[in-house]
Amino acid sequence: DLPTAEEAYNFFTFNFDPEPQQQPRRKKRHSRRREAEEEGEGESGEEDEEKEEEEGEEEGELEGEDDEDLFIIDQSAQDFLEVKRAEYIGYSRRLQRERETLFVPSMRPVPASSKLPENVRPRYLEEEGLYVGERPPVCLTNQNILENRILKQAEGRKWFGDDGCIIALPDPINESSSRPPLFHLEDELDPALQAVYRKALKTKHVNLYITGMGDPQADYQLDVDASGLIFSHHPLFSREHVLAARLAQLYDQHLTRQHKNLTRLLTDKVTQKCANKTKLPALSQVTQQRIAEYKQEVRHTRQLRDVEQEKDRALLKSIIRVWKELKALRDFQRFTNTPFKLFIRREKVDREQDEQEFENDIIAEVSELEAEAEEDYQRKMSEYRRQHEEWKSWKRKQKKQKKKRQQEEEEEDEESEEELGEEPEKPEPPEKPDMGDLEEQVREKAARIHRKPGEPVLIPELTVSGPVTPNEQCPRAEFARREDVAKRALFIKVLYNDKEVSRTDSRTLNMDFRVHFGQIFNLKIVNWPESIKLQVFESVGSSSSLLAEVCVPVPESSILTGSAPFEEMEFSSNQRVTFNHEGVGSGVPFSFEADGTNTQTLLTSGKLSWKLSCCVSWAVGEDDVPLAPPSSQPGGGMYSGLRQMDAIACIGASGLNDMKKLGKWAAESRLDPNDPSNASIMQLLSVVSGGDVAVPEYFRLEQLQEEFNFLTDEELHRCRRFRLLRLRSQEVPEFRHFKCVPSMEREISEKVFQDYEKRLKEGEIIDTKEHIDAHRALVAKYLQRVRESVINRFLIAKHHFILSDVVSEDEVPSIGLLGWNLFKLAEPKRPLKPRRKERKKVTAQNLSDGDIKLLVNIIRGYDIPIRRPYASKPPVSAKSGRSFAEPFTAPVSSHTPQQGSEWPFGQPLIRPFVEVSFQRSVLQTSTADGPNPCWNEEIVLPFSAPNGDYSSTSLQSVRDEVFINIFDEVLYDVVEDERERGNTIHTRIERHWLGSIKIPFSTIYLQSRIDGTFKVSTPPVLLGYSKERSLGSEGGYDAVRSRSEGTFLSLFITIEPQLVPGDTIREKFDSQEGERLLIASEVFEKEASGRFPDRPCLTTVIDINGKAVFVTRFIRPLTPPQELLDAFPNGPQETAELVARYVSLVPFLPDSVSFAGVCDLWSTCDQFLTLLAGDEEEHAVLLCNYFLSMGKGAWLIIGVAIPEVSDKPLSQSHINKTEGGKSQISVGEIMETHQWKSFEMDVKTLYFCMEPISGFPLHLPFSEIRPIIEAVHSTGVHKVEAPNVEFALAVYVHPYPGNVLSVWVYIASLVSAR
Amino acid sequence: MTSNNPAVFLLMVNGQIEAADFPEYDDLYCKYCFVYGHDWAPTSGLEEGISQITSKGRGSQSLVWNFPLDITFKSTNPFGWPQIVVSVYGPDTFGNDVVRGYGAIHIPFTPGKHTKTIPMFVPESTSRLQKFTSWLMGRCPEFTDPKVVAQGEGREVTRVRSQGFVTLQFNIVTKDMKKLGYETTSEHSASVFKSLS
Repeated sequence: DLPTAEEAYNFFTFNFDPEPQQQPRRKKRHSRRREAEEEGEGESGEEDEEKEEEEGEEEGELEGEDDEDLFIIDQSAQDFLEVKRAEYIGYSRRLQRERETLFVPSMRPVPASSKLPENVRPRYLEEEGLYVGERPPVCLTNQNILENRILKQAEGRKWFGDDGCIIALPDPINESSSRPPLFHLEDELDPALQAVYRKALKTKHVNLYITGMGDPQADYQLDVDASGLIFSHHPLFSREHVLAARLAQLYDQHLTRQHKNLTRLLTDKVTQKCANKTKLPALSQVTQQRIAEYKQEVRHTRQLRDVEQEKDRALLKSIIRVWKELKALRDFQRFTNTPFKLFIRREKVDREQDEQEFENDIIAEVSELEAEAEEDYQRKMSEYRRQHEEWKSWKRKQKKQKKKRQQEEEEEDEESEEELGEEPEKPEPPEKPDMGDLEEQVREKAARIHRKPGEPVLIPELTVSGPVTPNEQCPRAEFARREDVAKRALFIKVLYNDKEVSRTDSRTLNMDFRVHFGQIFNLKIVNWPESIKLQVFESVGSSSSLLAEVCVPVPESSILTGSAPFEEMEFSSNQRVTFNHEGVGSGVPFSFEADGTNTQTLLTSGKLSWKLSCCVSWAVGEDDVPLAPPSSQPGGGMYSGLRQMDAIACIGASGLNDMKKLGKWAAESRLDPNDPSNASIMQLLSVVSGGDVAVPEYFRLEQLQEEFNFLTDEELHRCRRFRLLRLRSQEVPEFRHFKCVPSMEREISEKVFQDYEKRLKEGEIIDTKEHIDAHRALVAKYLQRVRESVINRFLIAKHHFILSDVVSEDEVPSIGLLGWNLFKLAEPKRPLKPRRKERKKVTAQNLSDGDIKLLVNIIRGYDIPIRRPYASKPPVSAKSGRSFAEPFTAPVSSHTPQQGSEWPFGQPLIRPFVEVSFQRSVLQTSTADGPNPCWNEEIVLPFSAPNGDYSSTSLQSVRDEVFINIFDEVLYDVVEDERERGNTIHTRIERHWLGSIKIPFSTIYLQSRIDGTFKVSTPPVLLGYSKERSLGSEGGYDAVRSRSEGTFLSLFITIEPQLVPGDTIREKFDSQEGERLLIASEVFEKEASGRFPDRPCLTTVIDINGKAVFVTRFIRPLTPPQELLDAFPNGPQETAELVARYVSLVPFLPDSVSFAGVCDLWSTCDQFLTLLAGDEEEHAVLLCNYFLSMGKGAWLIIGVAIPEVSDKPLSQSHINKTEGGKSQISVGEIMETHQWKSFEMDVKTLYFCMEPISGFPLHLPFSEIRPIIEAVHSTGVHKVEAPNVEFALAVYVHPYPGNVLSVWVYIASLVSAR
Repeated sequence: MTSNNPAVFLLMVNGQIEAADFPEYDDLYCKYCFVYGHDWAPTSGLEEGISQITSKGRGSQSLVWNFPLDITFKSTNPFGWPQIVVSVYGPDTFGNDVVRGYGAIHIPFTPGKHTKTIPMFVPESTSRLQKFTSWLMGRCPEFTDPKVVAQGEGREVTRVRSQGFVTLQFNIVTKDMKKLGYETTSEHSASVFKSLS
């Protein structure tokens, strides 16, 4: 690597210090070398030269140091380069140098003294008689060199043995080559050595891994406890042993029988059954049968008992016999081999009682037998009688035939005789059973099998306390046998799945032929246990032979180490073994008698006692989890025999859980309830049947649900508190904001639910009172239902959130926004005409009643109708008779002449004021003057939300409307006395309704402010008022409104504080439109809104079923009702106007109110005409469709208007382009208003003497009566309080096709002129 | 008030917003408010509060407010058990106040002293660009209403990032809960409590 520039610089500028380390190191080297030389013991002897060398070197180094100094002084390239001639070192000199550094061991033999420690003589092991291996041959010179070299090393002496030679292993090379001979590849291989291909086989245990390979933790352990071995026969048994073994065996049998005590049990059973039988009343068929059954059973048990008794007795007898034989044998051979001793205990019995029992028993049996015999006899008798009858009838027939035959000829064949068939044997009457004989039989049997009454009970007892004759006193043959026994040893091999896994220690055979092992083998198993075998081996000396093989059943998984009982297994082998001593051998005949008779053959056999348990020692057995391998494996064949008897084996262990099955099995197998071995099962069954667990025949989920229900559902439904809580969580409107549900049910009164239940009921019953006709009632109901379903949908949709609902995040600013922000910097700080600024929005969270106020700023009005002068009277001047009736304008008297001067006719002025009513609070402005008044007043109205809920959804659904009414304030002078006029003012104020504006609160809420000039809806005719155009008085403003007629009002309405308007629903309604269409419309919508962000753009709307529908599907040419078309056959313009009027007469029902804040629903024209209610969209769509069918080009324009928040569609035919909806009224109005002319005339003629008259017609499309009443009410006509006021009312309903009605209400108030 | 048949039970909470652990931020303040069900009503105390601005001490990582809470609720129904919602704000690099974490926890049920640590989180920006611009403009995404974090509804549309921890300490006293059949302490702890007192 090239050094970097910096390194190079450092190197060159570095001031090298002389190295101080150099010197000491050198000295060390010197000393080391010196030591080496001393060790070399004068081998070198060239010290002088060495010293010279060193000096030379040092000089060289000094020179080097000088050179380094030079570097610093002068750093030219030449300084680094040194040109020298090539150095040559002479041969001898080089040798010298090499000698310094290199050591060459000499080839001369090393003296023995240097190889051995001081004063030690070499010791030759060979001479001492020890074997010393042959040393490997090594060349002597090499050996010398090696020795020399080793001696130079540190601790070199340890390499030398006692004999002064280098320690060496014996020659490792084999004398003969043991490498196998190489085959020549060309040679044919021995065919026996040829490789044979075999397919790979899987061992059959591969699939038997217990838990698969997935669970290495689950190690199963099988504990095999081989405890011991008892021979029941062994080849080395002496005769005495044979007998003793037999005795022991018999005694064991006796003990087990004793333990079971079958005889006693059966006896008890018999007595009990007899008792039962007698107890049963022999009445019914069933009991008869039962008795018969009992009899059968009794007989059967008695037989069993007899057999058992006989066996017992036989056993006892044979025990005694064997014991006698044994004693005889011991006497005969004069020594004892076995310690067995039999004692027979006599138990005295009460003779009297015993006899009594015996007799009773016999009598019972005899009587039973008699009864049986009797029965048998009876049956036989009846049989006999039947047969006898048959025989008799046959006889009779024969006799008849014989007579016939005698009458006929004698030559009749025998065949005729044959015809009758063979002669039935004459039945013999059955013998009457001999009762005495029966008793004899019974007694004889009893004597055979039963202990004689009064005879003592014999109880044998076997002990092993007897002395065994010691070896010395035995004869030679016996001694040999005993010797042989002592030689024998036994051990057991444990085979698991045919593989030996372990074996016990070998134990010597004892005199008593019992071997105790007591060893436990813990087998960790991986494979499924298939077989476990124990092999018994007997070894004599070093050879061992297999005595027997015992297969051990694989234990059930429920058997654990601690609980497993010792089990005994018998084995035997059929080896023939003979001995020449006392041993009896095996498989060979032998006899006990001296003469060789009575030969017997015995096979080696014995009992192997073992305990095998499957214990699971997981985690060193700390937790006693019995995780034996799963016991699903089919059991081995050795159980198959057992199965039939064992209940558990029969129905399976799992069947134990199924009590029904168990019960069935018990009934089928006639399980003896008195058998103690059945006691547990019987008890279980009784418990189960007592508990009467009815297992359902069906399956169900959550079968324990009922147990966990702490109340029934009905109770839960009845509980008022739960009901309240449930309704609240369902967001039922009445309870949605119910606060503090009481904690106790008693605190909830039924009243809480009254409203709700009423509403539910109303939903079902149509309230016909409120509706004129059934149709409208139906429509109202339908509408209600639609509303409910939509609201439900809305409630669901309300719980769907999108990100912007939860997280408020700024939009990524666009260039336009940035530009706007820049532009804002440039705008004037204090503009001359300030604009209303956006206020900070308040989230509606902690508002309460009174916090929210509605601000209504009434700025000014335009073109308010003015009072009309009374036709008959001159206005102010003629006050002769009715001075009180003259309109009094006192406060503005100064103003009056002015106005009066402007209007040449001296018409009275108008003094309008505005009254705003909202939520039961009514406020009004001050009174202004003239038809174009300017109030500029702010009215503050309190607002309270329904149920005190100020959430946005609740606010959206507020249905209240702001009514803005314009009234004319009329003052009447009511001073009665002319004289008081000078100092008293007594006037009456009357107000005459001129017009109104309705603005729904939801509009204000959603728009957050309403600012503009609105048309006041005025009645077409206002009695006493006239619409006068203020010609040119207002200049510029008129130009705007020149074409529009009517009164206008400038308003600004807002809510303080500003509320965040609730967001409209944007749930994606499912649609039946094609996917492509939807995507395309979405694209279009996005594009359009991108270009005109202020304009609404609709592509899909929601129809009344809640499905999104493409908007143009609503527009289809639709023929208007024929009546309308026929009205003006020649005037298409008039027809168009009539159609428009018709459409406008369908009542309006704004969606935003009915489906509060939910969404805009569009109904089809058909639905619209059926419902007879709808909002602007429906009207516009219908009109558009009518126009289309009339052949006019028509478009639907969707815009935004103030009174109804949502999009306001305007239907414009291009013929009638100038005006939207409202102006089309004209034609129809003309038709209808002529009615009003006449009404007016009537009123006038009737009350022509009355002055003044004020009145107006109200025109409404008909939907319900209530809105009409409200409309009339809101005009405040009734508020006239003149003492002699009279009212006039007329109603006219004009019918249109399709149930559309136009309602006119004419109200007038007149003050009577006396 | 000591009637045998009370209609409401009372839950008195006092304690404090002790400290916060926001490894990356400093100069933070917090707001808290309570969210509770329809059957709950605060009877006394402050329902909302805003703390002082606190800075980290020298060498210490935690921001200590020790801002006291003291409020008593009455209720008829344990449903809608009150939760405290804590939101932490602090200035970003440009000095704009941005949210540093929202967290909520139920007021403990059992009487006694409890110290709770709430993990705090903030909503994530919807995109990288948004993230950058919001950082630039100092207008991090916020929940429209901090009470959102006490509700399960609508949370599935948000993505949030963990920010830090706030430690609160509550001392709870309840009244008449047992009389209304609500057991909030186990028998064992009740007996311990009795033996202590």
